[in-house]
Amino acid sequence: MSTFWIATIGTSVIAFALKYSGHSVPERWLSHPKIQRINLLIPIALLSALVAVQTFSEKSKLMVDQRLVGLSVAMIALFLKAPFPVVVLSAAVSSAAVYRWL
Amino acid sequence: MSKVASTTLRDSLSVSLTVGAYGVAFGAAAVANGFTVLQSCLLSLLTFSGASQFAVIGVLGAGGSAISGIATASLLGVRNALYGVIMAPRLKVTGLKRIVAAQITIDESTAVAFWNLFTLAGALGAQAMGDIRAFGLDSAVPAAFLGLVWPRLTGNFERALATGCALFAIALTPILPAGLPIIATAFIAIVIGLKR
Repeated sequence: MSTFWIATIGTSVIAFALKYSGHSVPERWLSHPKIQRINLLIPIALLSALVAVQTFSEKSKLMVDQRLVGLSVAMIALFLKAPFPVVVLSAAVSSAAVYRWL
Repeated sequence: MSKVASTTLRDSLSVSLTVGAYGVAFGAAAVANGFTVLQSCLLSLLTFSGASQFAVIGVLGAGGSAISGIATASLLGVRNALYGVIMAPRLKVTGLKRIVAAQITIDESTAVAFWNLFTLAGALGAQAMGDIRAFGLDSAVPAAFLGLVWPRLTGNFERALATGCALFAIALTPILPAGLPIIATAFIAIVIGLKR
């Protein structure tokens, strides 16, 4: 079985197990303040790391290319409180323009 | 049309558009990162959790192992367990309230259908594109992550954590196998969360 199939099925199974566990385990296990706080911090850490790695790397090599332009435009869009589709689309359009014409 | 009805219609349209665009972005990004159309659709159908789905395709697209991808997606999915804790007591409803709950369930299933249809559209579109960089898809993925993390950066502490984790992951990328620099930042979050 390929890496991609293992990832697809593994992610799906664990995602369901996590959703289900929330409905089944005693509330006091998960409502602990430290757990709640960690739960707020983990997405910030992982998503920020993903932004950085997806922008500045290809496999294990670091590089700066058209993706930095796309990300910068996305950031400007977010500062201007643009909705999610506009953020993603403006990043794609600006990055594609730089890739094609520069 | 009454004012309430037109507001509801406008809100529903904007939610639908956002879910649709998000689904297209996911489907396209999944195929761009090496997943097949079928795998992309299965992720949307079975995982049904945007951030986790983007995480697994992001890690594998960067060359990470299946285990790294699953671990990153699952760490993000822990939130869903906590939502369940909040929702479970509220879902034990009877009488009139059960009717309301049932109505919400229908809205939910509409969202599921939307999310999956648009994932398929995005995946097929990306498959037809060829060189994804010519269409900016290589930037759409980090932009989507930025859009996901942005609303969480509510204060200086959150912004500092985000910047620190981004720099940390970049610094470790040439050294560690792909995927591990990302998972490592989850441990930073756990250590800080335990100490604070």
